[in-house]
Amino acid sequence: MAVKVLIPTPLQKFTKDQAAIECDGGTITELLDSLEQNFPGIKARLCDDQGELRRFVNFYVNSEDIRFLDGKQTSLSEGDEVSIVPAVAGG
Amino acid sequence: MTQAIQTQTALSSAATFTALKCKECGEEYELKATHVCEFCFGPLEVTYDYSKLSQTVTRETIQAGPNSIWRYRPFLPVETDTPIDVGTGMTPLVQANRLARRLGLKKLFIKNDAVNMPTLSFKDRVVSVALTRARELGFSTVSCASTGNLANSTAAIAAHAGLDCCVFIPADLEAGKILGTLIYGPTVMAVQGNYDQVNRLCCEVANSHGWGFVNINLRPYYSEGSKTLGYEVAEQLGWQLPDHIVAPLASGSLFSKIYKGFQEFIKVGLVEEKAVRFSGAQAEGCSPIAQAFREGRDFVTPVKPNTIAKSIAIGNPADGVYAVDIARKTNGNIESVNDAEIIEGIKLLAETEGIFTETAGGTTIAVLKKLVEAGKIDPEETTVTYITGNGLKTQEAVQGYIGEPLTIEPKLDSFERALERSHTLGRLEWQQVLV
Repeated sequence: MAVKVLIPTPLQKFTKDQAAIECDGGTITELLDSLEQNFPGIKARLCDDQGELRRFVNFYVNSEDIRFLDGKQTSLSEGDEVSIVPAVAGG
Repeated sequence: MTQAIQTQTALSSAATFTALKCKECGEEYELKATHVCEFCFGPLEVTYDYSKLSQTVTRETIQAGPNSIWRYRPFLPVETDTPIDVGTGMTPLVQANRLARRLGLKKLFIKNDAVNMPTLSFKDRVVSVALTRARELGFSTVSCASTGNLANSTAAIAAHAGLDCCVFIPADLEAGKILGTLIYGPTVMAVQGNYDQVNRLCCEVANSHGWGFVNINLRPYYSEGSKTLGYEVAEQLGWQLPDHIVAPLASGSLFSKIYKGFQEFIKVGLVEEKAVRFSGAQAEGCSPIAQAFREGRDFVTPVKPNTIAKSIAIGNPADGVYAVDIARKTNGNIESVNDAEIIEGIKLLAETEGIFTETAGGTTIAVLKKLVEAGKIDPEETTVTYITGNGLKTQEAVQGYIGEPLTIEPKLDSFERALERSHTLGRLEWQQVLV
Protein backbone atom coordinates (compact mmCIF):
# COMPACT_ATOMS: atom_id res chain seq x y z
CA MET A 1 0.00 0.00 0.00
CA ALA A 2 2.11 2.92 -1.24
CA VAL A 3 1.24 6.29 0.23
CA LYS A 4 2.85 9.70 -0.09
CA VAL A 5 4.25 11.10 3.16
CA LEU A 6 5.00 14.80 3.64
CA ILE A 7 8.00 15.21 5.94
CA PRO A 8 8.36 18.37 8.05
CA THR A 9 11.64 20.27 8.08
CA PRO A 10 12.87 18.95 11.47
CA LEU A 11 12.76 15.38 10.12
CA GLN A 12 14.16 15.98 6.68
CA LYS A 13 17.69 15.21 7.81
CA PHE A 14 16.49 11.58 8.07
CA THR A 15 15.11 11.63 4.54
CA LYS A 16 18.14 13.23 2.88
CA ASP A 17 16.31 16.55 2.68
CA GLN A 18 13.37 15.10 0.82
CA ALA A 19 10.13 16.89 1.77
CA ALA A 20 7.95 14.11 0.33
CA ILE A 21 8.57 10.38 0.16
CA GLU A 22 6.72 7.23 -0.87
CA CYS A 23 6.21 4.64 1.83
CA ASP A 24 4.19 1.50 2.56
CA GLY A 25 1.68 0.77 5.30
CA GLY A 26 -1.93 -0.28 5.73
CA THR A 27 -2.34 1.82 8.88
CA ILE A 28 -0.50 4.68 10.56
CA THR A 29 1.10 2.17 12.94
CA GLU A 30 2.42 0.15 10.02
CA LEU A 31 3.53 3.31 8.27
CA LEU A 32 5.60 4.28 11.32
CA ASP A 33 7.39 0.93 11.23
CA SER A 34 7.96 1.25 7.53
CA LEU A 35 9.35 4.75 7.95
CA GLU A 36 11.73 3.45 10.60
CA GLN A 37 12.97 0.70 8.30
CA ASN A 38 13.69 3.15 5.52
CA PHE A 39 14.95 6.00 7.68
CA PRO A 40 16.38 4.56 10.90
CA GLY A 41 15.90 6.81 13.91
CA ILE A 42 12.87 8.69 12.60
CA LYS A 43 10.33 6.79 14.72
CA ALA A 44 11.90 7.83 18.00
CA ARG A 45 11.35 11.43 17.02
CA LEU A 46 7.67 10.81 16.36
CA CYS A 47 6.84 8.45 19.22
CA ASP A 48 7.65 8.44 22.92
CA ASP A 49 9.19 5.54 24.86
CA GLN A 50 5.80 3.81 25.10
CA GLY A 51 5.41 3.94 21.33
CA GLU A 52 2.64 6.55 21.49
CA LEU A 53 2.71 9.53 19.15
CA ARG A 54 4.31 12.51 20.86
CA ARG A 55 1.81 15.14 21.95
CA PHE A 56 3.26 17.81 19.71
CA VAL A 57 3.07 15.76 16.49
CA ASN A 58 -0.01 15.79 14.30
CA PHE A 59 -0.76 13.27 11.56
CA TYR A 60 -3.19 14.01 8.76
CA VAL A 61 -4.53 11.58 6.16
CA ASN A 62 -5.76 13.41 3.09
CA SER A 63 -5.90 16.60 5.19
CA GLU A 64 -7.95 15.07 8.02
CA ASP A 65 -6.44 14.91 11.52
CA ILE A 66 -6.19 11.23 12.48
CA ARG A 67 -7.68 12.08 15.88
CA PHE A 68 -10.96 12.62 14.00
CA LEU A 69 -10.43 9.24 12.28
CA ASP A 70 -9.15 6.10 14.03
CA GLY A 71 -5.94 7.50 15.47
CA LYS A 72 -2.96 5.26 14.86
CA GLN A 73 -5.28 2.54 13.57
CA THR A 74 -6.51 4.79 10.74
CA SER A 75 -6.34 2.69 7.59
CA LEU A 76 -4.49 3.88 4.52
CA SER A 77 -5.31 3.30 0.87
CA GLU A 78 -3.14 3.34 -2.20
CA GLY A 79 -2.34 6.93 -3.15
CA ASP A 80 -3.32 8.50 0.18
CA GLU A 81 -1.35 11.52 1.32
CA VAL A 82 -0.11 11.46 4.89
CA SER A 83 1.12 14.73 6.28
CA ILE A 84 3.26 14.90 9.43
CA VAL A 85 2.97 18.37 10.93
CA PRO A 86 4.42 19.84 14.11
CA ALA A 87 1.54 20.80 16.39
CA VAL A 88 3.16 23.97 17.57
CA ALA A 89 2.00 26.58 15.11
CA GLY A 90 -0.60 29.23 14.71
CA GLY A 91 -2.60 31.32 17.08
CA MET B 1 7.71 57.25 16.02
CA THR B 2 8.56 55.58 12.75
CA GLN B 3 12.12 54.38 12.53
CA ALA B 4 14.31 53.90 9.52
CA ILE B 5 14.85 50.36 8.35
CA GLN B 6 18.17 48.91 9.39
CA THR B 7 19.45 45.41 9.15
CA GLN B 8 21.77 43.86 11.69
CA THR B 9 23.54 40.61 11.21
CA ALA B 10 25.60 39.87 14.32
CA LEU B 11 24.00 39.60 17.75
CA SER B 12 24.69 42.99 19.31
CA SER B 13 26.30 43.17 22.71
CA ALA B 14 23.18 44.87 24.07
CA ALA B 15 21.04 41.85 23.21
CA THR B 16 19.58 40.21 26.28
CA PHE B 17 18.12 37.12 24.64
CA THR B 18 20.39 34.15 24.52
CA ALA B 19 18.92 31.07 22.86
CA LEU B 20 15.85 29.15 21.79
CA LYS B 21 15.02 26.39 24.27
CA CYS B 22 12.54 23.54 24.00
CA LYS B 23 9.80 23.93 26.57
CA GLU B 24 9.46 20.15 26.78
CA CYS B 25 12.95 18.63 26.80
CA GLY B 26 15.18 21.66 27.32
CA GLU B 27 17.26 21.21 24.15
CA GLU B 28 18.77 24.54 23.05
CA TYR B 29 18.95 25.98 19.55
CA GLU B 30 20.53 28.94 17.79
CA LEU B 31 18.46 32.10 17.43
CA LYS B 32 17.27 31.33 13.91
CA ALA B 33 13.86 31.05 12.25
CA THR B 34 12.80 27.76 13.77
CA HIS B 35 10.01 26.88 16.14
CA VAL B 36 10.04 23.14 16.79
CA CYS B 37 12.41 20.94 18.75
CA GLU B 38 14.06 18.42 16.45
CA PHE B 39 14.04 15.79 19.18
CA CYS B 40 10.55 15.89 20.67
CA PHE B 41 8.63 18.37 18.48
CA GLY B 42 8.07 20.58 21.53
CA PRO B 43 7.75 24.34 21.14
CA LEU B 44 10.87 26.51 21.29
CA GLU B 45 10.89 29.53 23.56
CA VAL B 46 13.30 32.45 23.80
CA THR B 47 15.55 32.55 26.87
CA TYR B 48 17.08 35.69 28.34
CA ASP B 49 20.01 36.71 30.50
CA TYR B 50 17.96 37.76 33.53
CA SER B 51 20.95 38.83 35.59
CA LYS B 52 21.90 41.26 32.84
CA LEU B 53 18.29 42.47 32.72
CA SER B 54 18.24 42.96 36.50
CA GLN B 55 21.36 45.08 36.30
CA THR B 56 20.31 47.27 33.39
CA VAL B 57 16.53 47.66 33.51
CA THR B 58 14.72 49.79 36.09
CA ARG B 59 11.27 51.31 36.30
CA GLU B 60 12.88 54.60 35.31
CA THR B 61 14.61 53.24 32.21
CA ILE B 62 11.32 51.76 31.08
CA GLN B 63 9.40 54.97 31.73
CA ALA B 64 12.00 56.93 29.77
CA GLY B 65 11.36 54.73 26.73
CA PRO B 66 8.87 55.23 23.91
CA ASN B 67 5.12 55.19 24.54
CA SER B 68 4.82 51.79 22.88
CA ILE B 69 5.73 48.15 23.47
CA TRP B 70 9.34 49.07 22.70
CA ARG B 71 9.75 50.64 26.15
CA TYR B 72 10.20 46.95 27.13
CA ARG B 73 12.69 46.23 24.34
CA PRO B 74 15.26 44.48 26.61
CA PHE B 75 12.55 41.87 27.35
CA LEU B 76 11.85 41.30 23.66
CA PRO B 77 13.85 39.07 21.29
CA VAL B 78 15.26 41.65 18.90
CA GLU B 79 18.78 43.01 18.57
CA THR B 80 18.17 46.34 16.96
CA ASP B 81 17.78 49.67 18.72
CA THR B 82 15.48 50.76 15.90
CA PRO B 83 12.65 48.23 15.88
CA ILE B 84 9.54 48.65 13.74
CA ASP B 85 7.62 51.06 15.95
CA VAL B 86 4.15 51.90 14.67
CA GLY B 87 2.94 53.03 18.07
CA THR B 88 1.83 49.58 19.13
CA GLY B 89 0.96 49.04 22.78
CA MET B 90 0.46 51.24 25.84
CA THR B 91 -3.27 50.92 25.34
CA PRO B 92 -5.61 52.20 28.07
CA LEU B 93 -6.13 50.29 31.29
CA VAL B 94 -9.65 51.46 32.08
CA GLN B 95 -11.11 51.19 35.56
CA ALA B 96 -14.49 49.70 34.73
CA ASN B 97 -16.65 50.90 37.63
CA ARG B 98 -20.02 50.59 35.93
CA LEU B 99 -19.35 47.08 34.67
CA ALA B 100 -17.93 46.17 38.08
CA ARG B 101 -21.10 47.35 39.83
CA ARG B 102 -23.26 45.46 37.38
CA LEU B 103 -21.33 42.27 38.06
CA GLY B 104 -20.81 42.79 41.77
CA LEU B 105 -17.06 43.35 41.71
CA LYS B 106 -15.18 46.13 43.50
CA LYS B 107 -12.06 46.67 41.44
CA LEU B 108 -12.27 45.71 37.79
CA PHE B 109 -10.05 46.95 34.98
CA ILE B 110 -10.30 46.52 31.23
CA LYS B 111 -7.05 46.33 29.29
CA ASN B 112 -8.36 47.79 26.08
CA ASP B 113 -6.50 46.44 23.07
CA ALA B 114 -9.57 47.13 20.93
CA VAL B 115 -7.74 50.41 20.34
CA ASN B 116 -4.27 48.99 19.84
CA MET B 117 -2.38 50.49 16.90
CA PRO B 118 -2.30 50.22 13.97
CA THR B 119 -4.99 47.58 13.33
CA LEU B 120 -7.07 47.53 16.51
CA SER B 121 -6.15 44.20 18.06
CA PHE B 122 -3.45 42.78 20.32
CA LYS B 123 -1.92 41.14 17.26
CA ASP B 124 -0.05 44.36 16.49
CA ARG B 125 2.13 43.57 19.50
CA VAL B 126 3.25 40.16 18.31
CA VAL B 127 3.59 41.24 14.69
CA SER B 128 5.74 44.27 15.57
CA VAL B 129 8.16 41.91 17.28
CA ALA B 130 7.96 39.19 14.61
CA LEU B 131 8.59 41.53 11.68
CA THR B 132 11.43 43.32 13.44
CA ARG B 133 13.03 39.91 13.98
CA ALA B 134 12.15 38.81 10.43
CA ARG B 135 14.11 41.76 9.12
CA GLU B 136 17.06 40.88 11.32
CA LEU B 137 17.00 37.32 10.03
CA GLY B 138 16.97 38.54 6.44
CA PHE B 139 13.43 37.69 5.31
CA SER B 140 11.94 39.76 2.51
CA THR B 141 8.53 38.03 2.46
CA VAL B 142 6.40 37.55 5.55
CA SER B 143 3.28 35.48 5.98
CA CYS B 144 0.84 34.07 8.51
CA ALA B 145 -2.07 31.72 9.12
CA SER B 146 -4.80 33.93 10.52
CA THR B 147 -8.35 34.04 11.82
CA GLY B 148 -8.45 37.68 10.68
CA ASN B 149 -6.83 40.00 13.16
CA LEU B 150 -3.36 38.62 12.55
CA ALA B 151 -3.78 39.01 8.78
CA ASN B 152 -4.81 42.66 9.30
CA SER B 153 -1.78 43.29 11.43
CA THR B 154 0.79 41.40 9.37
CA ALA B 155 -0.36 43.10 6.17
CA ALA B 156 -0.35 46.57 7.72
CA ILE B 157 2.99 46.39 9.46
CA ALA B 158 4.61 44.63 6.48
CA ALA B 159 3.41 47.54 4.35
CA HIS B 160 4.98 49.99 6.78
CA ALA B 161 8.24 48.05 6.85
CA GLY B 162 8.37 47.51 3.08
CA LEU B 163 8.20 43.73 3.30
CA ASP B 164 6.35 41.54 0.80
CA CYS B 165 3.36 39.85 2.38
CA CYS B 166 1.17 36.83 1.67
CA VAL B 167 -1.47 35.88 4.23
CA PHE B 168 -3.71 32.84 4.59
CA ILE B 169 -7.21 33.04 6.09
CA PRO B 170 -10.31 30.84 6.22
CA ALA B 171 -12.55 31.90 3.32
CA ASP B 172 -15.61 32.48 5.54
CA LEU B 173 -14.19 35.30 7.69
CA GLU B 174 -16.14 38.44 8.54
CA ALA B 175 -16.14 41.00 5.70
CA GLY B 176 -14.43 43.66 7.82
CA LYS B 177 -11.48 41.41 8.49
CA ILE B 178 -11.00 40.55 4.83
CA LEU B 179 -11.31 44.16 3.69
CA GLY B 180 -9.07 45.23 6.54
CA THR B 181 -6.35 43.01 5.13
CA LEU B 182 -6.78 43.64 1.40
CA ILE B 183 -6.44 47.40 1.82
CA TYR B 184 -2.73 47.06 2.60
CA GLY B 185 -2.08 45.26 -0.68
CA PRO B 186 -0.81 41.84 0.36
CA THR B 187 -1.56 38.60 -1.46
CA VAL B 188 -4.52 37.08 0.39
CA MET B 189 -5.15 33.35 0.16
CA ALA B 190 -8.74 32.62 1.27
CA VAL B 191 -8.60 28.92 2.05
CA GLN B 192 -11.77 26.85 1.78
CA GLY B 193 -11.51 25.32 5.21
CA ASN B 194 -11.37 26.16 8.90
CA TYR B 195 -8.45 27.80 10.68
CA ASP B 196 -6.83 24.50 11.61
CA GLN B 197 -6.77 23.51 7.96
CA VAL B 198 -5.30 26.90 7.05
CA ASN B 199 -2.67 26.39 9.72
CA ARG B 200 -1.72 22.93 8.48
CA LEU B 201 -1.43 24.19 4.92
CA CYS B 202 0.80 27.04 6.08
CA CYS B 203 3.08 24.59 7.92
CA GLU B 204 3.55 22.78 4.62
CA VAL B 205 4.15 26.04 2.73
CA ALA B 206 6.63 27.17 5.41
CA ASN B 207 8.58 23.97 4.79
CA SER B 208 9.11 24.80 1.16
CA HIS B 209 8.99 28.54 0.49
CA GLY B 210 11.53 30.15 2.77
CA TRP B 211 9.13 32.82 3.95
CA GLY B 212 8.96 34.23 7.44
CA PHE B 213 5.67 32.93 8.83
CA VAL B 214 5.11 35.00 11.94
CA ASN B 215 3.20 32.26 13.75
CA ILE B 216 5.13 29.29 12.42
CA ASN B 217 8.89 29.55 11.92
CA LEU B 218 9.05 32.97 13.65
CA ARG B 219 6.65 31.90 16.39
CA PRO B 220 9.16 31.86 19.27
CA TYR B 221 9.88 35.57 18.63
CA TYR B 222 6.34 36.53 17.66
CA SER B 223 4.70 35.07 20.74
CA GLU B 224 7.02 37.01 23.05
CA GLY B 225 5.22 40.18 21.96
CA SER B 226 2.21 39.14 24.05
CA LYS B 227 4.29 39.50 27.21
CA THR B 228 3.87 43.25 26.83
CA LEU B 229 0.20 42.81 27.82
CA GLY B 230 1.52 41.63 31.16
CA TYR B 231 4.19 44.32 31.50
CA GLU B 232 1.82 47.17 30.67
CA VAL B 233 -0.81 46.09 33.15
CA ALA B 234 1.83 45.85 35.88
CA GLU B 235 3.19 49.29 35.04
CA GLN B 236 -0.25 50.87 34.67
CA LEU B 237 -1.35 49.49 38.03
CA GLY B 238 1.55 51.39 39.59
CA TRP B 239 4.16 48.66 39.33
CA GLN B 240 2.12 45.96 40.94
CA LEU B 241 0.38 42.85 39.77
CA PRO B 242 -3.39 42.28 39.81
CA ASP B 243 -5.00 39.48 41.82
CA HIS B 244 -6.81 37.87 38.93
CA ILE B 245 -6.76 38.13 35.14
CA VAL B 246 -9.32 36.93 32.62
CA ALA B 247 -8.23 36.52 28.99
CA PRO B 248 -9.52 34.83 25.84
CA LEU B 249 -8.02 31.50 24.79
CA ALA B 250 -7.47 30.61 21.16
CA SER B 251 -4.12 28.85 20.78
CA GLY B 252 -3.36 29.54 24.45
CA SER B 253 -0.22 31.50 23.60
CA LEU B 254 -1.43 34.92 24.77
CA PHE B 255 -2.43 33.45 28.13
CA SER B 256 0.91 31.78 28.76
CA LYS B 257 2.87 34.84 27.66
CA ILE B 258 0.99 37.18 30.01
CA TYR B 259 1.99 34.71 32.72
CA LYS B 260 5.61 34.76 31.53
CA GLY B 261 5.55 38.57 31.51
CA PHE B 262 4.44 38.75 35.14
CA GLN B 263 7.02 36.15 36.17
CA GLU B 264 9.82 38.05 34.42
CA PHE B 265 8.93 41.32 36.13
CA ILE B 266 9.04 39.51 39.48
CA LYS B 267 12.33 37.84 38.57
CA VAL B 268 14.14 41.10 37.75
CA GLY B 269 12.65 42.95 40.71
CA LEU B 270 10.35 45.38 38.90
CA VAL B 271 7.30 44.23 40.89
CA GLU B 272 6.78 42.40 44.16
CA GLU B 273 6.06 38.72 44.00
CA LYS B 274 2.37 37.90 44.02
CA ALA B 275 0.20 34.92 43.16
CA VAL B 276 -1.95 36.05 40.25
CA ARG B 277 -4.92 33.85 39.32
CA PHE B 278 -5.31 33.16 35.59
CA SER B 279 -8.74 32.44 34.13
CA GLY B 280 -9.40 31.75 30.45
CA ALA B 281 -12.39 32.23 28.17
CA GLN B 282 -13.51 30.09 25.24
CA ALA B 283 -16.58 29.93 23.04
CA GLU B 284 -18.65 26.80 23.62
CA GLY B 285 -18.57 26.05 19.89
CA CYS B 286 -14.79 25.78 20.07
CA SER B 287 -13.71 24.96 23.59
CA PRO B 288 -11.09 22.21 23.51
CA ILE B 289 -9.05 23.87 26.27
CA ALA B 290 -12.06 24.44 28.54
CA GLN B 291 -13.05 20.79 28.04
CA ALA B 292 -9.58 19.55 28.98
CA PHE B 293 -9.62 21.78 32.07
CA ARG B 294 -13.09 20.63 33.11
CA GLU B 295 -12.27 16.97 32.65
CA GLY B 296 -8.96 17.18 34.49
CA ARG B 297 -6.98 16.10 31.44
CA ASP B 298 -3.38 17.10 30.69
CA PHE B 299 -3.90 16.79 26.94
CA VAL B 300 -6.19 18.71 24.62
CA THR B 301 -8.41 16.82 22.20
CA PRO B 302 -9.01 18.80 19.00
CA VAL B 303 -12.52 19.86 17.97
CA LYS B 304 -14.15 21.23 14.82
CA PRO B 305 -15.12 24.84 15.48
CA ASN B 306 -18.68 26.09 15.16
CA THR B 307 -19.07 29.52 16.76
CA ILE B 308 -19.51 33.19 15.88
CA ALA B 309 -16.28 33.87 17.77
CA LYS B 310 -14.16 33.20 14.71
CA SER B 311 -11.08 35.03 15.91
CA ILE B 312 -10.61 32.48 18.69
CA ALA B 313 -11.95 29.46 16.80
CA ILE B 314 -8.87 27.28 16.93
CA GLY B 315 -9.88 23.65 17.28
CA ASN B 316 -6.34 22.35 17.64
CA PRO B 317 -4.64 24.85 19.97
CA ALA B 318 -0.84 24.70 20.01
CA ASP B 319 -0.41 25.99 23.56
CA GLY B 320 -3.59 24.52 25.00
CA VAL B 321 -1.80 22.25 27.44
CA TYR B 322 0.21 25.15 28.83
CA ALA B 323 -2.94 27.22 29.31
CA VAL B 324 -4.57 24.37 31.25
CA ASP B 325 -1.46 24.03 33.37
CA ILE B 326 -1.32 27.76 34.21
CA ALA B 327 -5.03 27.97 35.09
CA ARG B 328 -4.64 24.98 37.42
CA LYS B 329 -1.47 26.05 39.17
CA THR B 330 -2.71 29.61 39.73
CA ASN B 331 -6.06 28.47 41.09
CA GLY B 332 -7.86 29.98 38.12
CA ASN B 333 -10.55 28.57 35.84
CA ILE B 334 -11.29 28.03 32.17
CA GLU B 335 -14.91 28.49 31.17
CA SER B 336 -16.89 28.58 27.96
CA VAL B 337 -20.02 30.47 26.91
CA ASN B 338 -22.46 30.05 24.03
CA ASP B 339 -22.98 32.41 21.11
CA ALA B 340 -25.99 34.14 22.68
CA GLU B 341 -23.96 34.85 25.81
CA ILE B 342 -21.12 36.17 23.64
CA ILE B 343 -23.44 38.72 22.02
CA GLU B 344 -24.75 39.72 25.44
CA GLY B 345 -21.14 40.11 26.56
CA ILE B 346 -20.36 42.46 23.67
CA LYS B 347 -23.46 44.54 24.50
CA LEU B 348 -22.75 44.58 28.22
CA LEU B 349 -19.24 45.96 27.76
CA ALA B 350 -20.47 48.54 25.25
CA GLU B 351 -23.38 49.72 27.39
CA THR B 352 -21.46 49.93 30.65
CA GLU B 353 -18.03 51.06 29.55
CA GLY B 354 -18.33 52.49 26.04
CA ILE B 355 -16.01 49.88 24.60
CA PHE B 356 -17.08 48.07 21.43
CA THR B 357 -15.29 44.76 21.26
CA GLU B 358 -15.44 41.88 18.83
CA THR B 359 -16.67 38.37 19.53
CA ALA B 360 -13.51 37.32 21.39
CA GLY B 361 -14.07 40.22 23.80
CA GLY B 362 -17.74 39.29 24.14
CA THR B 363 -16.60 35.78 25.05
CA THR B 364 -14.23 37.14 27.68
CA ILE B 365 -16.83 39.43 29.26
CA ALA B 366 -19.43 36.66 29.27
CA VAL B 367 -16.98 34.31 30.96
CA LEU B 368 -16.06 37.03 33.47
CA LYS B 369 -19.77 37.33 34.32
CA LYS B 370 -20.16 33.57 34.57
CA LEU B 371 -17.16 33.24 36.88
CA VAL B 372 -18.41 36.02 39.16
CA GLU B 373 -21.87 34.47 39.32
CA ALA B 374 -20.33 31.12 40.20
CA GLY B 375 -18.32 32.71 43.02
CA LYS B 376 -15.06 31.97 41.23
CA ILE B 377 -13.89 35.59 41.32
CA ASP B 378 -13.79 37.23 44.74
CA PRO B 379 -15.41 40.71 44.64
CA GLU B 380 -12.41 42.04 46.57
CA GLU B 381 -9.91 40.87 43.97
CA THR B 382 -8.29 43.40 41.66
CA THR B 383 -9.32 41.82 38.38
CA VAL B 384 -8.03 42.69 34.92
CA THR B 385 -9.94 41.57 31.85
CA TYR B 386 -8.14 41.58 28.53
CA ILE B 387 -10.13 42.88 25.56
CA THR B 388 -8.07 41.97 22.53
CA GLY B 389 -10.04 43.08 19.47
CA ASN B 390 -12.40 45.70 18.03
CA GLY B 391 -16.12 45.26 17.38
CA LEU B 392 -16.15 47.31 14.19
CA LYS B 393 -14.46 44.36 12.51
CA THR B 394 -17.18 41.81 13.34
CA GLN B 395 -20.37 43.83 12.88
CA GLU B 396 -22.22 40.82 11.45
CA ALA B 397 -22.12 39.19 14.87
CA VAL B 398 -24.36 41.77 16.53
CA GLN B 399 -26.46 42.85 13.57
CA GLY B 400 -30.11 42.25 14.46
CA TYR B 401 -29.48 42.21 18.21
CA ILE B 402 -28.98 45.88 18.94
CA GLY B 403 -32.14 47.55 17.65
CA GLU B 404 -32.47 50.13 14.90
CA PRO B 405 -32.43 53.93 14.83
CA LEU B 406 -35.76 55.71 15.31
CA THR B 407 -36.57 57.07 11.88
CA ILE B 408 -38.43 60.38 12.06
CA GLU B 409 -39.49 63.21 9.80
CA PRO B 410 -37.44 66.43 9.95
CA LYS B 411 -40.10 68.06 12.14
CA LEU B 412 -40.05 68.95 15.81
CA ASP B 413 -43.37 67.28 16.57
CA SER B 414 -42.21 64.06 14.93
CA PHE B 415 -39.16 64.11 17.18
CA GLU B 416 -41.25 64.90 20.29
CA ARG B 417 -43.65 62.05 19.57
CA ALA B 418 -40.78 59.66 18.95
CA LEU B 419 -39.03 60.69 22.15
CA GLU B 420 -42.18 60.29 24.20
CA ARG B 421 -42.91 56.89 22.80
CA SER B 422 -39.28 55.80 23.20
CA HIS B 423 -39.64 56.43 26.90
CA THR B 424 -42.68 54.25 27.16
CA LEU B 425 -41.94 51.50 24.69
CA GLY B 426 -39.18 48.99 24.90
CA ARG B 427 -36.47 49.79 22.42
CA LEU B 428 -36.94 46.54 20.55
CA GLU B 429 -40.56 47.38 19.85
CA TRP B 430 -39.41 50.55 18.18
CA GLN B 431 -37.29 48.81 15.64
CA GLN B 432 -39.80 48.73 12.86
CA VAL B 433 -41.78 51.84 13.77
CA LEU B 434 -41.79 54.79 11.42
CA VAL B 435 -42.96 57.69 13.49
